[in-house]
Amino acid sequence: MSRTWAYLSNYLVYSSMALYTLSFFAHAVETAWAVRVTSTDSKKNLDYKRTEKVARIATAMMILGFVLLFAGVVARGLSAGRVPWGNMYEFSITGALAFSGAYLVALRKHDLRWLGLLVSIAVLLTLGTAVAVLYRPSAPLVPALKSTWLVIHVSAAIISGGVFLLANAIAAAYLYLDAMESRGERTAWAKRLPSLEDLDQLSYRLVAFVFPLWTFAVIAGAIWAESAWGRYWGWDPKETWAFITWVAYAAYLHARVTVGWRGRKAAWLCLFAGSTFLFNYVYVNIWGTGKHTYSGL
Amino acid sequence: MSQEIEVPELGSVGLLRYGWRQLTSMRTALILLLLLGVASIPGSLIPQRTQNPIRVGEYFKNSPELSKWMDQFFLFDVYGSPWFSAIYILLFISLIGCVLPRTIEHFHSARALPPATPKNLDRMEHHTSWSAQGDELEKARAWFKSKRFRVLEKDGSISAEKGFARETGNLFFHLALILVLLGISFSSLFGMRGMAILNVGERFINTTTSYDSLNNGKLFNENNLSDFALTVEKFTAKYNVVTSSPEDYTLDVKFAKGDLSQSELRTIKVNSPLKMGNTSIYLQANGYSPVVTVRDSKGNVAMQGPVPFLPQDSNLRSIGAIKVPDADPQIGFVGSFVPTYARSGADGAVSVFPEALDPRLLLAAWIGDLGLDSGVPQSVYRMDTSKMTQVGLKSLKPGETFTYPQGSITFEGYFQWVNLEIVHDPGKNFALLGGIVAILGLLASLFTRRRRIWIRVGKSVEVAGLAKNAAPGLDVEMAEFIAKLKRGK
Repeated sequence: MSRTWAYLSNYLVYSSMALYTLSFFAHAVETAWAVRVTSTDSKKNLDYKRTEKVARIATAMMILGFVLLFAGVVARGLSAGRVPWGNMYEFSITGALAFSGAYLVALRKHDLRWLGLLVSIAVLLTLGTAVAVLYRPSAPLVPALKSTWLVIHVSAAIISGGVFLLANAIAAAYLYLDAMESRGERTAWAKRLPSLEDLDQLSYRLVAFVFPLWTFAVIAGAIWAESAWGRYWGWDPKETWAFITWVAYAAYLHARVTVGWRGRKAAWLCLFAGSTFLFNYVYVNIWGTGKHTYSGL
Repeated sequence: MSQEIEVPELGSVGLLRYGWRQLTSMRTALILLLLLGVASIPGSLIPQRTQNPIRVGEYFKNSPELSKWMDQFFLFDVYGSPWFSAIYILLFISLIGCVLPRTIEHFHSARALPPATPKNLDRMEHHTSWSAQGDELEKARAWFKSKRFRVLEKDGSISAEKGFARETGNLFFHLALILVLLGISFSSLFGMRGMAILNVGERFINTTTSYDSLNNGKLFNENNLSDFALTVEKFTAKYNVVTSSPEDYTLDVKFAKGDLSQSELRTIKVNSPLKMGNTSIYLQANGYSPVVTVRDSKGNVAMQGPVPFLPQDSNLRSIGAIKVPDADPQIGFVGSFVPTYARSGADGAVSVFPEALDPRLLLAAWIGDLGLDSGVPQSVYRMDTSKMTQVGLKSLKPGETFTYPQGSITFEGYFQWVNLEIVHDPGKNFALLGGIVAILGLLASLFTRRRRIWIRVGKSVEVAGLAKNAAPGLDVEMAEFIAKLKRGK
């Protein structure tokens, strides 16, 4: 029974990778066409009708990929009879799910289709690493992980992570376009991307939206640590880096709201804060020591 | 040089005031906050005494010069170091200095009415005007009331303001952080944390002498140790047959509080400690204690009982030392216990499963001076064999006896031991309360928009709005407001 679910989960994850790949190619074609259209037409009026169809396909593929990946994560949980957050393979597939989910939700309200190329390749790379390097057979949890707090703490942390990384991608796009603009005009394909001001606002709003959730994830972790390890804060490397991420984003919010940082400086600070989150995930899980390292990875 | 003359000389009061103003400025707070983040990095990369004393020891062994130098800068005790403390104490002074005046100011302004409608509304954002019908002021009043704006009505105009929760939430968030810090300091000053290793069947009475290790807060009073006793009844460990990884640990204890004759059965698991008020008992680790009987050459019992061994891997291969200082000459055994025995070429004996399915005790017997009287503290799991000679090696099954020239040792069987951590933490509830208030404050401050809307009705109706911090959404609200005003009766 549990074996069947585990196999099903693997197939679903592979299938979702295929769909993310299609989505990636569709996004790439869309970008390429946008450039070609510009070179034939006049510079200012771009013909988006042709690319519109491809862009829709790209988004549809991404939604399908998201659905399959979601099913894959659920099946993984069913195979082990628990939430699928017991090792780094499972964190990675769920993290990829959260990242593309954050993108799709943000896409409903904002014109973010241009970011799809980056999102689909990032999700593909994460899933690829998870499947090729981090894969572990489905197994029950060690006693320390058997707690309701696993669901609360880890889901909050993963969702926060997904949104933080999306804000990071947008901040990176800001810096790239900012550099481009300071050299002159935007190149053809970059013209349909949002204005610098919009990008700046958007990455701020994503961070402001998810910062309370991250705070909650850290506090939920502390409550869990108190019942599992006998202390709510012990400067375990994972805790320390979660704290550093928290401090970095707190500084980012202060810098924007109180000191009035905008644009380039704010984007760099945002990137720095996001990289502390990534460092925590990659470095501390793989090379770090401490209480957050379980069963190999 | 000319600049120096212009600056008035600062007296000591002036200097203090200048320093205080610098410290409590937003910029300083921001720098201190980032500094705190940066300062906590080395502690996550370099092993710390509080978490991993063994790896710190290895560091000292591998590069003694560098380690000594690093130790000068407290790099093995980052989070208790003076420089780390200095940063967070300065940060919190800065925070208090920043938040308290703002709280007072906010308290006053929360009771004040919004400022009067500015004269030239057409200079404000979202300005619109149209010819009046007459009932706009009335409609505006009703709309402001239903939206819970605070209003000031004067000379045919209304000035309305909303979004005070933003600053309220912001202040609560920062005050809550101070509460968290107070909780943490309270815990470390008045708290207590102790470890005790107990074999199944043993009894623990909560007095300072019962502990194997005990860390008191500076202001902890030993008379405050809670009054309880417990007996380890049963310990059950379940392991995955394929991966050997643990699936469940359950500890059953007979627990008595206050009156030690009245006891009840309680269960302790990894994620559910036994709690009584601010004191909790945690199940932290477990292992095996081989039970041995050591006899001298005449057959008299020199030592008998369980000896806790320390697990080395996930299959609970454990090492330990059995010391018999009362024998003459002194005798000791360096041993390893494997719960499920298998032969391995490289290591001799290995364990292939953590449950005791086929236990073995492997012993090396040593005769000589155990070195226990030298005053240098020794680990109970290790033995200093520098002044001893080995007299034999043997692998024993339960019930078997190893006889050497000076006597014999019998492997009677084994007990399981558990490591209990007993923690008294009086500050944790304050820290938790602080955490909850911090999140609520954060939500209020990040999701509330502070804005003002004005309306003046004369021959024409004029409306305008202003959003603080350029918060989005005012245009939507203004549109709704205007639609409401224009709608007929």
